[in-house]
Amino acid sequence: MFLHVARGLEASKDHLSELDRAIGDGDHGIGMARGFEAVRSELEAKRHDSVGKLLHGVGTALMMSIGGAAGAIFGSLFRGGSAGLQEERSFTSDALARLLVDGLQAVKARGGAQAGAKTMIDALEPAAAKAQVQADAGAPLDLALAAACEEARLGMERTKDMLATTGKAKTLGERSLGHPDPGAASTYLILKFMAEFAALPAAAAGA
Amino acid sequence: MQIKKVVNDPKNVVPELIDGLVAAYGGRIRTAGQPKALVKAELPKDKVGLLVGGGSGHEPLFPAFIGENLADGSANGNIFAAPTPDTILAATRALHQGRGVLFLYGNYAGDNMNFDIAAEMAAEEGIQVRTVRVWDDAASAPLEKIQERRGIAGDLFVIKVAGAVTATSKSLDEAYRVTAKARDNTRSIGVAVSAGSIPETGAPTFVLPADEIEIGMGLHGEPGVSREKMLPADRIVDKMLAKILPDLPFGGGDEVCLLVNDLGSTTMMELLIVNRRVHQVLKEKGIRVHDTVIGSFCTCQEMAGFSITLMKLDAELKRYYDAPASSLAYRKA
Repeated sequence: MFLHVARGLEASKDHLSELDRAIGDGDHGIGMARGFEAVRSELEAKRHDSVGKLLHGVGTALMMSIGGAAGAIFGSLFRGGSAGLQEERSFTSDALARLLVDGLQAVKARGGAQAGAKTMIDALEPAAAKAQVQADAGAPLDLALAAACEEARLGMERTKDMLATTGKAKTLGERSLGHPDPGAASTYLILKFMAEFAALPAAAAGA
Repeated sequence: MQIKKVVNDPKNVVPELIDGLVAAYGGRIRTAGQPKALVKAELPKDKVGLLVGGGSGHEPLFPAFIGENLADGSANGNIFAAPTPDTILAATRALHQGRGVLFLYGNYAGDNMNFDIAAEMAAEEGIQVRTVRVWDDAASAPLEKIQERRGIAGDLFVIKVAGAVTATSKSLDEAYRVTAKARDNTRSIGVAVSAGSIPETGAPTFVLPADEIEIGMGLHGEPGVSREKMLPADRIVDKMLAKILPDLPFGGGDEVCLLVNDLGSTTMMELLIVNRRVHQVLKEKGIRVHDTVIGSFCTCQEMAGFSITLMKLDAELKRYYDAPASSLAYRKA
């Protein structure tokens, strides 16, 4: 699954950089592509014997290759989200909820931001909440991912009306209005590619 | 966008500038197992390590401050991006000689997170780390929220003091105490005259009309305190000093070090004219200038503008400030 996500993010480089050009220094797409290229190398080179170890590997690859705030944040999302899945062998809707909920906590602890500050948290928090609801209701992975992904998309859209308060975008003040936060866009895309994979016919639960 | 910078492939600016720096140091610095981690080739024995670092694109800050009685190493990021934890950790391991390592860098979200992650990883390996973040930019947040302020050219004075104290004291806690005091006594403010551009894309780092300046604008174009039509140098300086003098406060009888720093493409002629007015105002206020430093230390590409930094001295800071020091970017006899 995460190979599919990696290819998807690499292909989204120009789109993400375009978003970042509007309210940052235009390198978010380049950074995320570099990060997911490193993820792809990591996944192709190593066999991870649990979901948690794989996610930890994804997070470390992102953290060490992107740099900047994005590397620290997206790295923390996957590394923090992997903690409760070290023995887990298949990626189920429960695993998705753990990843997003624990990952959200790690992101907040690392970055210090809260919802409403126009960051990736505005996409991740609603997605995590929805994933938990889906898991509690016993939903299958493909439905849980589709629902969480949609929440992330809506969260990203809502960031258009927020004033940037952190990162390079805060240089723009009111000029950041009307533009989505690139980190929120990346978060949505990660979930979107996960959902795409899960919806493929005969997609086994597993990375 | 047309890029007219003296580079090769814009994607390779960081590795190539590092190669150029290593060559300039003539064998005195080396990479520490990671391509963007630079350290002294030979460390004085048994020393508290001093590691500086941050995004590239602000040269000579930080790597060209590696040197005698200055930094022992620099962890460098991509252009305007914080260094990664593995780069910082590699440098930290190389600098650790049992006395711990002092991290010293500008207060930015990305740097804070990546250096903290590396500090946690270092602690797991038994390396003690303490951290001083420089937040000298008085225009970037109110005094009550001083820990939200950005680090700008005041880095130079804090590195100067940190370099001197880590050269003589074997205690990480003592190094932290004195360095934090230097940081606490330092205030800066900048003014942007025109923007620099990102090497890889040519895109400007901010938008400023041709006839306007922004007082208090940050290194990357972060909003300042006032945007106005171009003014004579003395008026610009007066407005800048009106912001920083009350901020510490600096008052009659105080002794200070002064840095007039070029942000990238402002001429020495202009910096000297600025310096003239700063000295006039400080003299009027009974503030004694112990030392004046003028040059390009903390830049943002070809950005035009300058910053003024004042560090208030006490006997201890003065002693460390007066110590000789030597690096590619800065020397003190």
